[in-house]
Amino acid sequence: MNQSARNGWLLSLPALILLVVGAAGPLLIVAVYSFLEPGDFSGVEWSFTTEAWFRVFFERDIFDDTVSAADAHLTILWRSVKLSLLTTLVTFVIGFPTAWFIATQPPNRRAMWLFLITIPFWTNLLIRTFAILEVIRNQGLLNSFLQWLGLIDAPIQILYTDGAVLIGMAYVYLPLMVLPLFAAIDRFDFRLIEAAYDLYASRLLVLRRIIVPIVRPGIVAGSILVFVPSLGAYVTPRILGGGKNMMIGNFIDLQFGQGRNWPLGAALSMLLLFIVMAALLAYVRVTSSEDRQNV
Amino acid sequence: MSERRAKPFSITAMPGFATIAILAFVLLYVPIITMVIYSFNASNSVALWGGFSFRWYAIAWENDTVQEATVRSLVIAVSAALIASTLATLAALGTTRRKKFKGQTFVYVMINQPLMVPEIVTAVALLIFFAAIKKATGYTGLAYLILAHSAFCVPFAYLPIRARLEGMDLTLERAAADLYATPFQTFRRITLPLMAPGIAAGAMLSFVISLDDVIITEFVKSAGQDTLPTYMLGQLRRAVTPEVNAISTALLGLTVLLLTAFFLLTRKRG
Repeated sequence: MNQSARNGWLLSLPALILLVVGAAGPLLIVAVYSFLEPGDFSGVEWSFTTEAWFRVFFERDIFDDTVSAADAHLTILWRSVKLSLLTTLVTFVIGFPTAWFIATQPPNRRAMWLFLITIPFWTNLLIRTFAILEVIRNQGLLNSFLQWLGLIDAPIQILYTDGAVLIGMAYVYLPLMVLPLFAAIDRFDFRLIEAAYDLYASRLLVLRRIIVPIVRPGIVAGSILVFVPSLGAYVTPRILGGGKNMMIGNFIDLQFGQGRNWPLGAALSMLLLFIVMAALLAYVRVTSSEDRQNV
Repeated sequence: MSERRAKPFSITAMPGFATIAILAFVLLYVPIITMVIYSFNASNSVALWGGFSFRWYAIAWENDTVQEATVRSLVIAVSAALIASTLATLAALGTTRRKKFKGQTFVYVMINQPLMVPEIVTAVALLIFFAAIKKATGYTGLAYLILAHSAFCVPFAYLPIRARLEGMDLTLERAAADLYATPFQTFRRITLPLMAPGIAAGAMLSFVISLDDVIITEFVKSAGQDTLPTYMLGQLRRAVTPEVNAISTALLGLTVLLLTAFFLLTRKRG
């Protein structure tokens, strides 16, 4: 190893040690725990078994040992994936026009609009979830407003439903969609649109054939940035979803708390990690193949 | 060319986009503004308006639990910001401005790892790991929280520092070396001062990120080690009083203040 490389390693080493001890290393312990037996009250018994992984997807009948799908677990997994996809869709539908609007503002005003998107982005997620909670609760702003309009007689129960979790996640993750979309649209060469209009393209055609294909990396980046934290969401479903509308993050928490099944919790954590890694890898492949095309 | 299009037709206009955008901004800010307004509510309720007052700020201020949680949050955030920005500075010096070395990709992946792994997974991993250490050593102090926070703050400190280093001019350092400065003198007098805004920005981001953390703190903390966010999370389970609004508004103010400072620090110069 030459001196430059050695210095590079030496300078990076303290940060690497911190990250191994305080973040990456313990993940290996989780992987190991997912193959152990649960302890009587909490913790684990040190004997190898694949029972925890089996129980993620299936359950055995206590009496006759027949195996069936673990409906409760699959419902929670499906709800997590469904709500995360819907959150991505909702934030895209709202976020794309917003990013477009910011990018097409005159430069002096653009910075202000961007700053307005950035403030919620950096504001504590818990605070924003709490803020949306106050709006959608039964005596909250939304229900009062609808009642004042005379559209409804009694408050609609939004809180503690899947809809509330969806509203909350779309609300807290919207800036994550807008920022990469803005970055992509900002680099867009608007002369292309002019050329398309000169060639008698309609607005819809311009949007579909010119704009969307070119800003696609931004769309993919925004979707990943929203989908990944949505799937691992814990705070928002816990506050807005109540006890019944759990997502996978809350279900993992339950295994380490009241559920007292650490191996099952560990297996679920690993499953979540795999799904997230698969999404990130897909993202890397899509963007790197697009980079090659653009060269 | 633009004279030819000097009629209302704008090439960048998309029907309905501006309306949706304005609506999005309204939707983003209405909940936050409502929360801020109700923090000044004189009544006991978060739904009914009882006049303007600082009552809930006073109540939060006098609440011992809140005071302790605030001090704890600040101690952790300051320690994490200092540790993360120091180690990130070293790592940035090691990974920029030199030929890419073998294993540098590994260093990148490790540094950015906290951004990729879902927080709940890291939280569970640290719970298991620290529970074993707590049992073995009997130590249950703040060090666990500081260690965990420092670790997930590293990427947030690293990115602005690296950006600053990559944009830096090498000629000043060469000039210093030409004038017989030792490598240490060059670093101390030239490189470090030039890096300072990046380091300050990194430390500030780390501070905000640490101060905001809920999930990892909730899993790692020992009994009686609530930080402000975990205290608030606990409160949200019970009847919510405007006290939570007051704490949230204070935290929001702090975030906006630090963000503005961050933007001023990282704004393009010259």
